[in-house]
Amino acid sequence: MNSVYAFVVGPLAWFAWGVFIFGSAYRLVSMYQLAKAKDGSSLHYMSFKYGFRSIMAWLNPVGTLGWQRNPWTAMVTFVFHICLVIVPIFLLGHVVLWDQFFGISWPTLPDTIADIMSILVVVCCIFFGARRFLQKDVAFLTTGKDWVALVIPAFVFLTGVLSYHEIGDAKVMLILHILCGELMLISIPFTRLSHAVFGLFTRAYIGSEFGGVRRCKDW
Amino acid sequence: MTFDRKIEDAGLERGVSRLTPERIENTLKQVIEGEAGAKLKLYAETCMRCGMCSEACHYYMSHEGDPSYSPAGKVHQTLGKILRKNYKVTAEEIYEMAQIAYTECNLCRRCVHFCPLGIDTGYIMSMVRRMCHKLGVTPQYIQDTAHSHSATMNQMWLKDDEWPDTLQWQEDEARDEMPNLRIPLDKEGADIYYSVIAPEPKFRTQLIYQAAYIFNEAGVDFTMPTEPGWDNSDMCMFTGDFEMMGRLKKRHFESALDLKVKRIVMGECGHAFRSIYDQGNRWDAWEMYPIEVVHSVEFFWELFEAGKIKLREKFKEPITIHDPCNIIRGRGLMEQSRKLAHALCENVVEMTPNLEHNYCCAAGGGVINCGPPFKNVRMKGNKIKAEQLKATGVNTILAPCHNCHGGLEDLNHYYELGMDIKFFGDLIYELMEKPE
Repeated sequence: MNSVYAFVVGPLAWFAWGVFIFGSAYRLVSMYQLAKAKDGSSLHYMSFKYGFRSIMAWLNPVGTLGWQRNPWTAMVTFVFHICLVIVPIFLLGHVVLWDQFFGISWPTLPDTIADIMSILVVVCCIFFGARRFLQKDVAFLTTGKDWVALVIPAFVFLTGVLSYHEIGDAKVMLILHILCGELMLISIPFTRLSHAVFGLFTRAYIGSEFGGVRRCKDW
Repeated sequence: MTFDRKIEDAGLERGVSRLTPERIENTLKQVIEGEAGAKLKLYAETCMRCGMCSEACHYYMSHEGDPSYSPAGKVHQTLGKILRKNYKVTAEEIYEMAQIAYTECNLCRRCVHFCPLGIDTGYIMSMVRRMCHKLGVTPQYIQDTAHSHSATMNQMWLKDDEWPDTLQWQEDEARDEMPNLRIPLDKEGADIYYSVIAPEPKFRTQLIYQAAYIFNEAGVDFTMPTEPGWDNSDMCMFTGDFEMMGRLKKRHFESALDLKVKRIVMGECGHAFRSIYDQGNRWDAWEMYPIEVVHSVEFFWELFEAGKIKLREKFKEPITIHDPCNIIRGRGLMEQSRKLAHALCENVVEMTPNLEHNYCCAAGGGVINCGPPFKNVRMKGNKIKAEQLKATGVNTILAPCHNCHGGLEDLNHYYELGMDIKFFGDLIYELMEKPE
């Protein structure tokens, strides 16, 4: 079991991070090349000012028509994403690994807070999943790819919580958790999770078009 | 869910009868992989299918939450299906996609205000139309206007002599009221080149009369061109015939440049405005129009501010104002339209929602141009607009766009709203000081 653990935090982790970083970079660069070749007019309208303005507006959970008309989804979306980003970076157990492998460390979240935030992520995933089943317009749109994008983060955090609370075989759960995390890293560039890579750019583009060409806000 | 609302249309039927599986696959591939680029790809990939855009769409709202009418739902049944089936879709599916893209989306972009990732469903639907155009599957009525554009450079099959003849007829009519009135034709170096859409000479000639009257009274140095290029409308933009769209815009601007005018002022039209700042210019690889174009709403306000239009009286009855997508969400004229409305009317009652969040008329984006077979699509698909209009409690609507007029007039009759619909030009002409 120890050798499996060493493998998942060692070579497999290098592989997952490599795929995540180089895969994301590849996707960004090739998408930019494609945009240069085919979407010249759209690239031309890109504006830092209006793109940034749009991103800021949409970072306000009550600041846009879309968020306002979908308050529950807005709230859950914000809680989900904030926890999803903050916990993995500032969890003590993770920072310890960085320290152990690279000798770098930074402040960490108290474990109880991180635990609550992780449970929240799982609860949010249940909410999203229920929406996919129960809300007619969302169910109509849902395909296998959407379930993949939901199940991956759900499992990462579920195994994380179980492992922290030592439910089930602690070692197995920890390894499962690491495997899920690595699966998520690998998936980001190549599944619907790629909105993590591209989302800011699509937002900035429409912000630029609405601000610069349409002289109108896009929220 | 099966598509249970197929409407018979001669153009769509004839189009699909000529399709073969190879032609479908090759054409769809050619557009998606050859013509479109990162934008379409990213929109298809990053849409999280969250359904937040559903409520944005008047069709969805009017069909009691039928998911097949939500913006993302329409993408799911068109571009989504093409990609899921790896370009291998049937002729019957192309028919459904054409019906959705041409008649169940007005390209109004209200849904953009709902999407956290900034996905532009209007653009996606335009590209679906592009594929349908290349497959030759277009609704008969709108295709007829596109054919007219190709053959005559105007939308309404006006012959070369009928156009100047109509202008002179209107000039003649107006001279009964203002004996010295002129509609100067092809005047080189005029301050203003006044351009209209072909439906004006065809069946809204009163608008040309009114504009001529207002410009003469305000002392505007204007001209109207006699050569093809005078029509600024662009149905090819809506059928997906982008090559023709580009030709039309070039011809229009060349006609203005030939006359060495300072600016183009266009009538109270929405889609023609869209074609010069949004789609036509991009196709022609211009950042923006090569000669300044001013919408009537802006120009009328300019005349007001300069004191060139004086009112005899203001419009007293309460009036509400409709925000056309192509001039408000498309070009931010909300401030000028409000200033103008308040200058003309004593009691302007706002709709809810309004400004860039306003509900669409369901006529724009070429939908009304798809003709009688699809009229009920617009009527049943925009109950929400009728309710919104009714809730204002007023009897008059100001709508500075031809398509919005057509759409709102139809809704007005269908839902028996008993409302009167006016252009700014109507009100100005009616209320301005006139020489005795």
